[in-house]
Amino acid sequence: MASKQKNMTPQQQKYQQLQQKHELKRPVLKNCIKAFWVGGLICVVGQAISYFYIYFFHFTEQNVGNPTVATMVFLSMLLTGFGVYDRLGQFAGAGSAVPVTGFGNAVISAAIEHRTEGFVLGVGGNMFKLAGSVILFGVFSAFVVALIKTLLGMWGVL
Amino acid sequence: MLKGHQSWVFNNRPMISATGVSGGPFEANGNLANDFDILHEDLWMGMDSYEKAQRVLLEEAVRTTLAKAKMEKEQIEFLFAGDLINQITPTSFAARTMQIPYFGLFGACSTSMEGLALASFVVNYQGARNVLTGASSHNAATEKQFRYPTEYGGQKPPTAQWTVTGAGVGLITQNVPGEHQPVTTSATIGRVIDMGLSDPFNMGGAMAPAAADTIMAHFRDMELDPSHYDLILTGDLGRIGQDTTFELLIKSGLKIERKLFQDCGLLLYKDDQPVQAGGSGAGCSATVLYGHILNQMKKGLYKRILVVATGALLSPLSFQQKESIPCIAHAVAIEMNEEGR
Repeated sequence: MASKQKNMTPQQQKYQQLQQKHELKRPVLKNCIKAFWVGGLICVVGQAISYFYIYFFHFTEQNVGNPTVATMVFLSMLLTGFGVYDRLGQFAGAGSAVPVTGFGNAVISAAIEHRTEGFVLGVGGNMFKLAGSVILFGVFSAFVVALIKTLLGMWGVL
Repeated sequence: MLKGHQSWVFNNRPMISATGVSGGPFEANGNLANDFDILHEDLWMGMDSYEKAQRVLLEEAVRTTLAKAKMEKEQIEFLFAGDLINQITPTSFAARTMQIPYFGLFGACSTSMEGLALASFVVNYQGARNVLTGASSHNAATEKQFRYPTEYGGQKPPTAQWTVTGAGVGLITQNVPGEHQPVTTSATIGRVIDMGLSDPFNMGGAMAPAAADTIMAHFRDMELDPSHYDLILTGDLGRIGQDTTFELLIKSGLKIERKLFQDCGLLLYKDDQPVQAGGSGAGCSATVLYGHILNQMKKGLYKRILVVATGALLSPLSFQQKESIPCIAHAVAIEMNEEGR
């Protein structure tokens, strides 16, 4: 931001100060509280689903993650398709974006949006338009962390 | 006739003799639903894409205008229209359906007044007898192009604005003395102003300096005082842009009253509708002016108004490349025809 400021003319800087007075501020604290509760509730639902799989389908705590995530993403896709998830997102912000349901929403909303351009160029080409960077940087950071762990292990630190 | 540096005076007073306004479901629940000619329950308008739906909106607005004026499309010489979508295809495709000689305009959300100014100029100098002008936008089509997918659960900040689903069209004809219709008397064409704002979720803040620049240019060129008008109507500045514009005007020494000032984006929706800082889009000023405001003028609420439509000339590519948002505003003065001559 500091370097950006330098490139501005004094007139632009003066205007931006004036404009900022009128700019409506994000209600950060209120948003945090909402995000905490909604995000927490989504996790409670997820936890209930994992117990369900453990008690009724003989999963263990180690491998119950996969069916739980699949179920949560499926639910999020249904809610997206029925036009509910974007409203929840406007209310909850990060609360509904950070859990895996938010990832599901990013994928399916792009798929629905570009259905009009056909299956190959539309759905196929755009489905990961938003989620693609999550996958790329998620996989890359996992690789870096694994590399550090391996090196530390080789040097006998860990 | 050119007056001052960047304004035109229309001495022959071209007449807005008929208008047509169409809108979507969100507008049907809004404040001005009664001023729309056609309202849709379905955002798709029975089409299979939002872009086609936007084309339908414009076609319907044109058809309604022609029906009200009891004219056939063959009697229309030119169409001046535009929208926000890539290469203005909804408008051009609608022009293909209508087969009226066509000028495609792009001035983002200022297109409505760019079109009205040009149409008035052409009619004023007998370049045409009857010209149609208008603009359209579609919420979902615009979101898809400029922001995120419609169903994506991203949180919008309170500075964001809601793109209007709707189209507004006006028929500009030669003046018929004595007829109780609004006429255009002058127009001021704006320059592109960039104050370095780059947040696409705060268009009002970016567009305010352009609006203020054009308004000041208008009063300077026309040698008028703001009290000449009963209403200064801005296009889609929203809450933030409107307050900022007003402060800029006051600081520049223009004697202007706050209550003169209204914004189409703030008139269109009810307070409980989740539009954040207000409505926006090319269809915003077009639907509110050609519907609600002209109806009120005909009822006698306003005699002389100045309409200032503002546009943010960004593209999805330009803001991803971290460019700031250049903005423009065009103003057209409208008043009621003199009666009883």
